[in-house]
Amino acid sequence: MSTNTIDPNTWVDKYSDYLFNYTIVRVDDKEIAQDLVQETFFAGLKSMKNFKGEASERTWLISILKRKIIDYYRKINSNKGKAEVRMNYINDGESEGDWLEERVSDPFDKNAESDIENTELGTAIFECIDKLPEKQANIFKMKTIQGFDTETICNEYGITSSNLWVIIHRARTAMAECLEKNWF
Amino acid sequence: MFIKCNDANHICDKNQYKEASLVEKIKLTIHILYCKACRKYSTNNGKLTKLVNDPKVISIDQSIKNTMKEELKKKMSEQ
Repeated sequence: MSTNTIDPNTWVDKYSDYLFNYTIVRVDDKEIAQDLVQETFFAGLKSMKNFKGEASERTWLISILKRKIIDYYRKINSNKGKAEVRMNYINDGESEGDWLEERVSDPFDKNAESDIENTELGTAIFECIDKLPEKQANIFKMKTIQGFDTETICNEYGITSSNLWVIIHRARTAMAECLEKNWF
Repeated sequence: MFIKCNDANHICDKNQYKEASLVEKIKLTIHILYCKACRKYSTNNGKLTKLVNDPKVISIDQSIKNTMKEELKKKMSEQ
C-alpha cells in the first residue's frame, strides 16, 4: 500500500476551499470559518509528525477541523461565552410576549427538503474537484467558480484557448460523473 | 447545419459560460435533436452548471488565501 505524503506548502491551494465549505455550513459565519480553516492548518503543521500516512491529507485535515469546530462551540458555550450572549427579542408592542410562537418556523414558508439538500453541496463539489488531476482542477476552479475569463487563464498557464476547452471538457465530464454518483 | 459530436460538446461547454454564439446555439440544438449521447451530455452539463453556480458554493478570496499562505510559511520557519 502506498503511503500518503504530506506537504503543507500545497495546503492552502488544495484544501482551503473544501475545508471552508465544510466549515461554513456548520458555523454559519464567514470570518469564523476562515479563522477555523487557518487554525486547522496551523494545528496540522504542529502535529505533522503524527501523520502516519494511512489516510489522505484531506481526511486528516478534516479530522483536525472537526475538533476545531467542536472547540469553537465549547468556547462560546463556556461561562464566559454565555455571558456575552445577547438576546434579540423584538419588542414592538404588538407581538409582545410571543417568544416561542414567533420563533417556530412556518412549515409552509420554506421547503425544508431543499434546504437540507443544499447545505452540503459546496463540500460535495469540492470533493469532486479534488479528485481531478491538479492542473485540470485549478483551471476548472478558475474558470467556473472564480469566473476568470478564458484569456487570463490561458496567459497564466501558457496554453491556447482550444487547449483550455479540452481541459474544461475533461474536467466537466469527470465532475458530472462524480456528482452523479454523489449528488444528482 | 449538421455538426460532429466533438463540436457539439465544445459548443455545449462554451454555452455553460455563456460564450457560445447564436449560430452555434442553433447548431447545437439541431444536433441534440437527433443525437442521444450529446443530449445526455448536455443535460448533465447544465445540471453541473446549475450546481456550481449555487450561491452556497463559495471559495475564499485569493487575497485571504495569500495571507493564509504567508502565515503558514511563517509558522513553518519557526519550527
